[in-house]
Amino acid sequence: MEQIVLETKNLGITFGGLKAVQDVNISIKKNQIYGLVGPNGAGKTTIFNLLTGVYQPTTGSFFLCGSELKGKSQETINHSGIARTFQNIRLFNNMSVIRNVMVGLSNQPEYKCGFFTSVLRLPKHFKVENAMRNKAKELLKIFDLYEERNNLSCNLPYGKQRKLEIARALATNPTVLLLDEPAAGMNPNETADLMDTIRFIRDKFDVTVLLIEHDMKFVSGLCDEVTVLNFGTVLAQGTTKDALNDPEVIKAYIGG
Amino acid sequence: MEIITTLINGLSIGGIYAMIALGYTMVYGIAKMLNFAHGDIIMVGGYTIYVFMNITGHPLIAVAVAVVFCVLIGVTIEKVAYKPLRGASPLAVLITAIGVSYLLQSLAQIIFGSAPKMVQFPDIKPIQIGSLKIQVYTLITLVASIIVMVLLTLFVKYTNIGRAMLATSEDRSATELMGINVNSVITITFAIGSALAALAGLFYLLKAPNISNTFGSMPGIKAFTAAVIGGIGSIPGAMLGGILLGMVEAISYNIPAIAPYTDAIEFLILIVILLVKPAGILGKRRREKV
Repeated sequence: MEQIVLETKNLGITFGGLKAVQDVNISIKKNQIYGLVGPNGAGKTTIFNLLTGVYQPTTGSFFLCGSELKGKSQETINHSGIARTFQNIRLFNNMSVIRNVMVGLSNQPEYKCGFFTSVLRLPKHFKVENAMRNKAKELLKIFDLYEERNNLSCNLPYGKQRKLEIARALATNPTVLLLDEPAAGMNPNETADLMDTIRFIRDKFDVTVLLIEHDMKFVSGLCDEVTVLNFGTVLAQGTTKDALNDPEVIKAYIGG
Repeated sequence: MEIITTLINGLSIGGIYAMIALGYTMVYGIAKMLNFAHGDIIMVGGYTIYVFMNITGHPLIAVAVAVVFCVLIGVTIEKVAYKPLRGASPLAVLITAIGVSYLLQSLAQIIFGSAPKMVQFPDIKPIQIGSLKIQVYTLITLVASIIVMVLLTLFVKYTNIGRAMLATSEDRSATELMGINVNSVITITFAIGSALAALAGLFYLLKAPNISNTFGSMPGIKAFTAAVIGGIGSIPGAMLGGILLGMVEAISYNIPAIAPYTDAIEFLILIVILLVKPAGILGKRRREKV
């Protein structure tokens, strides 16, 4: 049996009287690219927020490689190996592209550097800084952002900002990468490129990818399995082709 | 020659204001709160220097102890008074900060009494270059504040903690999701701010060696003004605002006709800046998401 990396069990959250997410069971196998789709307001981003500790689940729990992460802080969850991007891009706008990535790198054990080492600028500080800078450059090259590394991130075009978010998330060395609408606002060429990039990073960084996307061509071309949500509950689940052709799913999307 | 003396005086007062303003602006940017007790940390530093000057007679030892003590006090205040209020309404935090400020002032009054104490620093002859006469302590203040500002800029730009501070000030939740412990970033910010306040306490004492329990109020308010003028939340803004205010103060003191109105002029500049550029000179206007 293939190893299950990320698993949710009856995951649910209520806001006041609204059951935003209810009884969601998902298991994602290692190195899968898994899709989370559904109409607007179905609870997809809410699930991301639950999985990263932004919200605490009211019911159920979730597990990364078998260990329970429910109730952990956002910081701890990131350390455990879940990193994410955001639907509405949330880069550190007034920092350069490379520094955005370096913030992501800074929690890696090999780049830790004590307070006084940094303040007194001991040799170790420069060694660590250089190593980090090189690692960041390497990541930026993968995403075709190397040339822009010293620009402020807010001056990047939209598509590149999305890529930088992925690079920054990857810098935290995750096991599972959550991508919230990575292809939003991209043209068909950029979308095709992005599909290749996601496959490439899955192989190169040995990550499992869970992504939210509205572009069905993107989802069916990239995802091995999907879960379709509607009104916070699972509507269909399974291989991408089966789930997307489910009559219930078509009804939820087109109406009727 | 008069001009050069004024210039140097202005820069050194500005350096003091900048150091204090950095504390305000970093805490505001990172913890999103106005730490009105920051001025009283200067007073705590001042009294620590007073006590240890009396014990050891050595300014360097006194200021080292003051820096350590202020860092401890600053971090403790953050842990005890502000941390429980994270996520509370900004008004509650503001009132708490004012409360802490009064607490520190009253404690100082109980311990040291209300009569001002005089701190005796070693006398150093002013440097004489031609007709130019410069106080050595003024020069020391100037040089030290420049070093502090350069070090801080390097620290913020080229270290993990510094970058984490910048990131936190932009988007706290996203920073946390990058695996950064935001609470420890806030603690470090308070520690740095308090250390700078202790240094500012020393330099302010060198200018005006009498210390009472409200010793930190005026420089605190001036520095806060400087931080707002420069753009609160912006580190270069605090430096610029501080230097600007110091220069205005020194120039205004030198013109007999307007010398009595110096403070009023400084605050007038604040009002004008707020009217013309509400975010401050280097402040960025944050667009609220709709």
